Amino acid sequence: MTSFSLEFEKPLVELEKRIEDLKEFSLKKGIDLSDEISILEKKADELRKEIFENLTPWQRILIARHPKRPTTLEYIDMIFDEFIELHGDREFGDDGAIVGGIADLGGRAVTVIGTQKGRDTKENIARNFGMPHPEGYRKALRLMKQAEKFRRPIVSFVDVVGAYPGVEAEERGQGIAIARNLVEMARLSTSIVVVITGEGGSGGALAIGVGDKLIMLENAYFSVISPEGCAAILWKDGSRSQEAAEMLKLTAPDLKAQGIIDELLPEPQGAAHKDRMAMARLIRDAVIKALDELSGIPVRRLVERRYARLRRIGKYVVSEMPATEAPMVAAGNEDMHVAPDVADVEGGSDET
Amino acid sequence: MPNFKGIFQGKQKFVTVKAGQVPEEPADGLWTKCRQCAGILYKKELTSNLGVCGDCGFHFRLSARERIAITLDEDSFVEYDEDLLTTDPLGFPGYDTKIEAAKQATGLNEAIITGQGRIDGYPALLGFMDFSFIGASMGSVVGEKVTRLFERAARQKLPVVIFCASGGARMQEGMFSLMQMAKTSAAYGKLSEARVLYISVLTNPTTAGVFASFGSLGDIIIAEPGALIGFTGQRVIEETIRQKLPPGFQTAEFALEHGLIDMIVDRRNIRKTLGSLLSLHGGRREEAG
Repeated sequence: MTSFSLEFEKPLVELEKRIEDLKEFSLKKGIDLSDEISILEKKADELRKEIFENLTPWQRILIARHPKRPTTLEYIDMIFDEFIELHGDREFGDDGAIVGGIADLGGRAVTVIGTQKGRDTKENIARNFGMPHPEGYRKALRLMKQAEKFRRPIVSFVDVVGAYPGVEAEERGQGIAIARNLVEMARLSTSIVVVITGEGGSGGALAIGVGDKLIMLENAYFSVISPEGCAAILWKDGSRSQEAAEMLKLTAPDLKAQGIIDELLPEPQGAAHKDRMAMARLIRDAVIKALDELSGIPVRRLVERRYARLRRIGKYVVSEMPATEAPMVAAGNEDMHVAPDVADVEGGSDET
Repeated sequence: MPNFKGIFQGKQKFVTVKAGQVPEEPADGLWTKCRQCAGILYKKELTSNLGVCGDCGFHFRLSARERIAITLDEDSFVEYDEDLLTTDPLGFPGYDTKIEAAKQATGLNEAIITGQGRIDGYPALLGFMDFSFIGASMGSVVGEKVTRLFERAARQKLPVVIFCASGGARMQEGMFSLMQMAKTSAAYGKLSEARVLYISVLTNPTTAGVFASFGSLGDIIIAEPGALIGFTGQRVIEETIRQKLPPGFQTAEFALEHGLIDMIVDRRNIRKTLGSLLSLHGGRREEAG
């Protein structure tokens, strides 16, 4: 079986191939090689552990972009008990880069949305390589408003390199569609669970990535800019993406530490595509647990919590200024409930 | 030419102006060239023309302080939250130095000035972005200031006007920056629920993360003539589609034609337009001065 393997996996892949060959040889010739095989298997386990426990940010990005990594529709198929796909934004068209519909999750009706990449060239063309146009974001919003209307929770799957950079996307208001989703997702009267499964490419990912609980797969990334774009800006050299990837602090462990995501979901050994069913089960369990938690919270409180969650993100300091120079002289700021008025208090997320 | 030397010796890089004054004559000579029609302009005249070319109408870029001076009633501006300072949350190489250099060059603490003031007698909460501060990119401080402005406006029931300009989210603060898009948009949602007017004025250029958040969320969206407005940068689009972009792509005029904005207003008329809109939304004129 041929399979796409990443550069840093090569030693492991070679070892795995040798084990396969030996097994085949032993079977064919009827020679017992079980000792040799078990030694090699042990070695492979160790090597696998060593590689996957010490992944660099760039290696994680390669995994997140792995052509065999499960797509949103594949996850939907494995996670939900039933799924009825719905189409179109009712304004312009149906964007294949965003999918959505109604699903059954262990007896609970939910609305599912997500970005969708293709499996092969033909599918990728149909899906525009998973890069949505404005109508895709508007379709997602339509389905989310529908979820709110029928009091269904929303599960959003994020795996997108970015919103589509094209002429028509700009003509139809790409920025406006994204902004509108950010406003609405922040105040929708139903619970939203976001699962970042692969790539979290900037605004195009954030546009379906606001919620009550953000779950992120271990090897997914979420970044303000692609490492290639960052390297191009900093050094006019896109090939220095590895360095940029380190600097941007975009991995799931980084973002957990920053308080941007709530939960890091470990991937099976060798990453999600090595055991997709196991990965899907882990996601299913995490989503059900999140929905159970959220369903106990009154909607009003839920929306307040979601606002507060966004509200505290950001890092800044408040400078020490003489009172006479402090600009707080206008009326009405006495009830500034969020103003940290102590010098050098760090603003933003300090959650544990 | 009293100020000539200062500029060329690198001692003076900015001109400070007080609210209510037109910007002083730019210090680097008496004449300048219009970037659009290449006409030679007498600087004093350009200044009294609010930085608009008298021949072709090209709008020169203004600093936040210059914008305050030409937009607001004299001495009506009170700044908010100028004590919020930028940190380097990711330990991003070179960010500290970049911030310091931007502070030195602009005399500002960050890429936006927020506060309260009056336009043609009508009180409003205001934001002025300054492109010369790291491309007016949005990091934690810009996001926080805009969020506080919206929250304050919702409480005080005062309209908001933000003069936007930005290259997008500030990559040196990583995801903290990107999340400011969601934070400011959520705060706009609160403002909207409070039924308080928000007018965004898009100046050259307003792009990416700021356009895709509070920049394009105005109940009324105004743009300056010729301003670059859009989500994705033109170089990225060209590289993706491998085609030259059509002339006029992502300009204010393009945005108007495609129904993305409400109107284009010449800078020389903006006070009058904003005054009318504030009045039509129940604004009460206060005594000037």
